[in-house]
Amino acid sequence: MITVENLTKRYGGFTAVDDISFQVRPGSVVGFLGPNGAGKSTAMRMMTGLTPATSGRATILGQPYRELHNPGRQVGVMLDASAQHPGRTGREVLMVAAVSVGVSKARVAEVLSLVGLTEEEAGRRVRNYSLGMRQRLGIAAALLGEPQVLILDEPANGLDPQGIHWMRGLLRRFADGGGTVLLSSHLLHEVQIVADDLVMIGRGRIVAMGSKEELLSRGGTTVRSTDDARLAGLLEAADVPVTRTGSGLVVDAEPGVVGRVAAEERVVLLELRSGGSEGLEEMFLGLTAATSREGDAA
Amino acid sequence: MSTEMSTDQTLAPVVGGTDDVPTVTALPGRPGVPFGRTLQAELRKMVDTRAGRWMVIVMAAIAVLVLAAFVIWGPAEDASFQGLLELATLPLAMLLPVLGIMAATAEWTQRTGLVTFTLEPRRGRVVLAKALAALALAVIVLAAAVAASALANVVGGTGEWDLTAAAGAGLVLALLIYVLQGVAFGLLFLNTPVAIVSVLVLPTAWSIATAAISALQDAGEWLNLDSVTTPLFAGEMGGKEWAQLGTAVAVWVLLPLTIGTYRVLKREVK
Repeated sequence: MITVENLTKRYGGFTAVDDISFQVRPGSVVGFLGPNGAGKSTAMRMMTGLTPATSGRATILGQPYRELHNPGRQVGVMLDASAQHPGRTGREVLMVAAVSVGVSKARVAEVLSLVGLTEEEAGRRVRNYSLGMRQRLGIAAALLGEPQVLILDEPANGLDPQGIHWMRGLLRRFADGGGTVLLSSHLLHEVQIVADDLVMIGRGRIVAMGSKEELLSRGGTTVRSTDDARLAGLLEAADVPVTRTGSGLVVDAEPGVVGRVAAEERVVLLELRSGGSEGLEEMFLGLTAATSREGDAA
Repeated sequence: MSTEMSTDQTLAPVVGGTDDVPTVTALPGRPGVPFGRTLQAELRKMVDTRAGRWMVIVMAAIAVLVLAAFVIWGPAEDASFQGLLELATLPLAMLLPVLGIMAATAEWTQRTGLVTFTLEPRRGRVVLAKALAALALAVIVLAAAVAASALANVVGGTGEWDLTAAAGAGLVLALLIYVLQGVAFGLLFLNTPVAIVSVLVLPTAWSIATAAISALQDAGEWLNLDSVTTPLFAGEMGGKEWAQLGTAVAVWVLLPLTIGTYRVLKREVK
């Protein structure tokens, strides 16, 4: 369980995290989604006691992070996979953590195989690791103390598509065992694969929150037919709002309503589905556009 | 681990999960990890990287080379145990502070603090563990230097065992002060090159200034770490010498150590 209440961080006049509140319950994998600079990492650092909050509070398993007994046993944290000493081998990174957390050498071997790092790879220095391997090492370190809660900042960054699906399986099993997962991402399609629920943040504020299905269905119904212009006219005549997109129509109604109109008027449908990701995607792109700096566009 | 349905009352909106998954409460116990484990981890981190390991190897190698060169080419009558040991510890006095600096700065230059300070959020204990780990490593290196000096004395020296207890203890204390100064400067700057340059340059600049400027001469006697440790090496400490050592250590070690520790405690870990 992760509880965040009115958490705020200000740097001088700049508000990095602005009064965010949410609670992640056990058994769930929640994606913390937002463009770069939205305040995800700052919020996660406040949850783990690395950055003092300006106001508000965050608790893990009902306690402030800094009050936790042996935090490594209760919360697995990975805030930056590349923040590892390049001169240590992967195994040594885990060995040092194992000493501090108080777990055996056998557990180090266990988590290495859990994240799919081979003996040979574990013996290599981190400097020679790809970003994907560093992510796996970071996950291994987070899992080392068999925690109840995972807080992972951009864990899927640098993973290939198989890697992202592997991570979904790993985190899903963790949550099915009663664990709580909060992971951040700046990529919608990535977090859609890995997480079941989303907290969307932009410019330090929560802009949307809920299950993936719920957020996705906000986009209405996507429909494509052999004659979109005619279908749009028919729908508008039936008082159903229609938006024309490049590849069809987005209709603010249930798919059933659209299907009935099409069937009655004998329009051949090529595609009919609930929402699609357009609603979420548009909201996300809007956020990205609003927060990205000029010059980044090139 | 006990399980209850809902432990903390909050108005925060819930995301994910269902009501039927039991809430796990935090493990009972004191905050953080036992200090012994933190110390063990910090000690390990000092020698498990190439840079750390080579520092130790290079220090030992230089001490051995200096001893060998002195036994072969040096004036034979000076090659007593104390003479040899003083010679062997000369490079250590230069390099041991670097070991302390590296211990203090690594969490910030390599950003490993993100892991270290999430595993032990009470940062003061990590700082203490680093200081003790650096001192422990210095004692080990010093023991090696003593053994090498003894060997050199038997093989090619005068065979005189002339080290007094006072001089021996003074030598150990002086080296430990230098190591702690390294840790202090490392914590103060949290940047390896800046800390190394400062440790080497600042005290030297200060001793030049006190020698050149007559108004500073009196202050120099009390605040020059190099000059106040000279009687310590020689084992000739009196009341005034101890007082001078105390003031110089306060300014060059304890002050940066205090400010540096405060910085680490308050700084945002990124």
